[in-house]
Amino acid sequence: MTLAEMQFVIPDLRPASAELFMLAMACGILLVDLFVKDKKRTLTFVLTQLALLGAAVITFMTSTGEIAYTFSNMYVDDLLGDLLKLLTYLTVIVVLFYSRGYVLDRPQMAKGEYYTLTLFATLGMMVMISANHFLTVYLGLELLSLSLYALVALNRDSVQATEAAMKYFVLGALASGLLLYGMSMIYGATGTLEITAVAERLYQGQANKSILVFGLVFLVAGIAFKLGVVPFHMWIPDVYHGAPTAITLLIASAPKLAAFAIVMRMLVNGLVVLAADWQMMLIILSVLSMAIGNLAAIAQTNLKRMLAYSAISHMGFMLLGLVTGVIGGDARFALNAYSSSMFYVITYVLTSAGTFGMILLLARAGFESDLLDDFKGLNKRSPWFAAMMMMMMFSMAGVPFFVGFFAKFSVLQAVVAAGYLWLAIAAVIFSLIGAFYYLRVVKLMYFDQPNDPSPIHAPFDVKLLMSANGLAVALLGIFPQALMSICAVALLRSL
Amino acid sequence: MSGTPLLSLAVWIPILAGFVVLATGSDRNAPLARMLALLGAVAGLLVTLPLYTGFDVTTPAMQFVELAPWIPRFNINYHLGVDGISMLFLILNSFITVIVVLAGWQVIDSKVAQYNAGFLIMSGLLNGIFCSLDGVLFYVFFEASLIPLYLIIGIWGGPNRVYAAFKFFLFTLMGSLLLLIALLYLFIQSGGSFSILDWHQLPIPRGAQLWIFVAFLIAFAVKVPMWPVHTWLPDAHVEAPTGGSIVLAAIALKLGAYGFLRFSLPIVPDAAHELSGLVVGLSLIAIVYIGFVALVQEDMKKLVAYSSIAHMGFVTLGFFMFSAMGIEGALVQMVSHGFVSGAMFFCIGVMYDRVHSRQIADYGGVVNTMPKFAAFFMLFAMANAGLPATSGFVGEFMVILGAVKYNFWVAFAAATSLIVGAAYTLWMYKRVIFGAVGNHHVEELTDINGREFLVLALLAIGTLGMGLYPQPFTEVMHSSVNELLRHISISKIQ
Repeated sequence: MTLAEMQFVIPDLRPASAELFMLAMACGILLVDLFVKDKKRTLTFVLTQLALLGAAVITFMTSTGEIAYTFSNMYVDDLLGDLLKLLTYLTVIVVLFYSRGYVLDRPQMAKGEYYTLTLFATLGMMVMISANHFLTVYLGLELLSLSLYALVALNRDSVQATEAAMKYFVLGALASGLLLYGMSMIYGATGTLEITAVAERLYQGQANKSILVFGLVFLVAGIAFKLGVVPFHMWIPDVYHGAPTAITLLIASAPKLAAFAIVMRMLVNGLVVLAADWQMMLIILSVLSMAIGNLAAIAQTNLKRMLAYSAISHMGFMLLGLVTGVIGGDARFALNAYSSSMFYVITYVLTSAGTFGMILLLARAGFESDLLDDFKGLNKRSPWFAAMMMMMMFSMAGVPFFVGFFAKFSVLQAVVAAGYLWLAIAAVIFSLIGAFYYLRVVKLMYFDQPNDPSPIHAPFDVKLLMSANGLAVALLGIFPQALMSICAVALLRSL
Repeated sequence: MSGTPLLSLAVWIPILAGFVVLATGSDRNAPLARMLALLGAVAGLLVTLPLYTGFDVTTPAMQFVELAPWIPRFNINYHLGVDGISMLFLILNSFITVIVVLAGWQVIDSKVAQYNAGFLIMSGLLNGIFCSLDGVLFYVFFEASLIPLYLIIGIWGGPNRVYAAFKFFLFTLMGSLLLLIALLYLFIQSGGSFSILDWHQLPIPRGAQLWIFVAFLIAFAVKVPMWPVHTWLPDAHVEAPTGGSIVLAAIALKLGAYGFLRFSLPIVPDAAHELSGLVVGLSLIAIVYIGFVALVQEDMKKLVAYSSIAHMGFVTLGFFMFSAMGIEGALVQMVSHGFVSGAMFFCIGVMYDRVHSRQIADYGGVVNTMPKFAAFFMLFAMANAGLPATSGFVGEFMVILGAVKYNFWVAFAAATSLIVGAAYTLWMYKRVIFGAVGNHHVEELTDINGREFLVLALLAIGTLGMGLYPQPFTEVMHSSVNELLRHISISKIQ
């Protein structure tokens, strides 16, 4: 090999420009924060928000709508990625606003690390969303997970939080191991880790099926772990419950978008030839999640824990959309099915952010407000926010005119179109069970007397955002067409 | 008037008014909230009146149709329209909303704005159900209307309100979720249409028809309610505030029955014929058995609730005999029951507001202290028992006439309810109103005031008017009912 052949080619940086900007900003903020004397760290907060906003502008400006690969095809920029990234930034921005008061009330958390770790987690999500290589997926996932482990443990003196972080770390590491093992099997069978190349090899039928399916099992197990679906859900209640609410809010919102993205990239883009196999696995995971998530949620007294089980059931419902893409080798329904899942996950993130945000809104220094009973009589204390919370609960239960109904509707529609009538019936029965515990929250807020009748104090920006969040749940429920179309177009142009 | 979107106004004016009322906020503005609510309710009633005056009785087609795309991704349309079957219910519902606002005028003194807003919003949603011609639009209104009633029972209800509110919500949700699956199935089968009118023409194989019929049956039977899924109704009625009971009995129960006419019969006619025996059997159980259950009730509201179930049994019986007499009789019975059961619950509310008890044993000799009230109550009790010259007679008589042609023994069983119905209603009336003054509570009773008189008078006009001269009500139904019968006599199995 001559020197000339060894020339280093500078990769096309444009498709990854938002990620590079985010990386630079995260490192920059890490340094700047060292010189911030202010206890409230207003400068760090503002810079973090600006970093997210800047990334959003870059993603938006560089979006061409075409599929662009870079870094030797390890990285992809397409409409699906751009859309999910924009939603991720938006979610993280909202999360930071919601969490601001909570974090300031807890001196252990109000440090620069909180902001930089959040940015690194965001970067991890961006990498996951744009991955076109199994190792890139892994890289993004680890960046996200490691940041989150540290964030959960940020409140060092809290025994609960430390325990949650430990559990999250140990189980998360195990899941990463499973995922890596699955990837190595797929590499063994196909000789490549590049997702699009894997798909090509599979189309040509060159791969050893038994090794592939063996790897697929581990891959699906790893994904199931990250999504938090039964039977890989054990960490979800403990971590949601134990983590400081601000961090729970972060874990419960944006990463779901990234998790959806890696499912699309790995299973749909890469292993669609094996769809019949992984769809079977996902059906089992989905039904179990809806069953256990909804049943266990009924027994909870802690709202965060209840929402954790509810998250499990919602992820199970979301998977229903993914299992109906390819029926008997026919991919006619794929777009319909995957876009319904995508719509589901986006609306879930919107609603989930709102509900955890509401817990943060009611929390004060030394008071977590995370028990169901803390929501008693909210209608007396603040009719407006009680109404917002009620809309979010009804949305999660899937009652119209709220967006959760159309999310369930579009997924069920895909399931019925694919001919899985029994699956649709199971899904609605579990939704009925789920409706009970959402209704209970409404009952506490409206039918009961408050334990603490004091009015709610929250900064103006948080109140405004919370109102916007609640109204978005209602408005998207009345006019879901635009978001549905956006999901469909993004998938159409990217798959 | 052509070009005015009357149906949209009928749906959205009450809802909008509800939000305006909600905006008045705390109870300091309660008088304003009440005035605005009354204004909204009256406006809602006024916009539905042209539906009757402008109605063309000669055609079975949908009238006042509005069609606009809503969610093109799934071909869901904002498609409204009424025919002779649904039109009367919009007017009835808007009328009952006025009654309800008046009924809660002095009685409700906490969270007045939320209370009235709840009823106004529900009124709009219920109107939406009756005029939706798109499956998803229907479903969305159908399910959304649970929310206001859930809150009304839960916030302003009696001691066991939480149980009743949950039971109400979950029972109905169970039914409607199966309805959703059936709608989605029809959507796929029809090649991507949610239009109810398209589904009427859609050929469906027998097996699928049976399944769809069962899904519809569960959804609508819970709402009617039919035996054995009726158990939520007595609980909901007993715990709900007076206004809630009135809307529940007068309108909400009609949704299930309306669903049978709009969905079950025309979409799956063959299954409806095949399984009509089942529905007739359940209806007879409701009429006879529930009638006897009503006889032994000690709680007046529970008694009227069970009598509602028995009366709705007549409605479902009338539908599934597939004769014009039966269906028209059932429809008349539905409207009449709206007036009569609403009035019965209001009467019980009047007494409850004064004595704070619904137990029959706590009363006796009310006529001595409340003579005017006793006279009104007598009229409604007679109507509830199906006395000729009241609206209650017309519907039951038509259904029994239809039943004689269908099967003598069915008619015989149904006719016994005239006796049982008279027994439980009049026996209750006797124990509550007549006799010596029962206790010092009754002794201290004051007769009805102007507001209560107005409400009772309005309902009495409806009850008597319909009983003496039912033709204005039945003439609008003829073409639609005949068209429906013609339609369901043709098999859809290919």
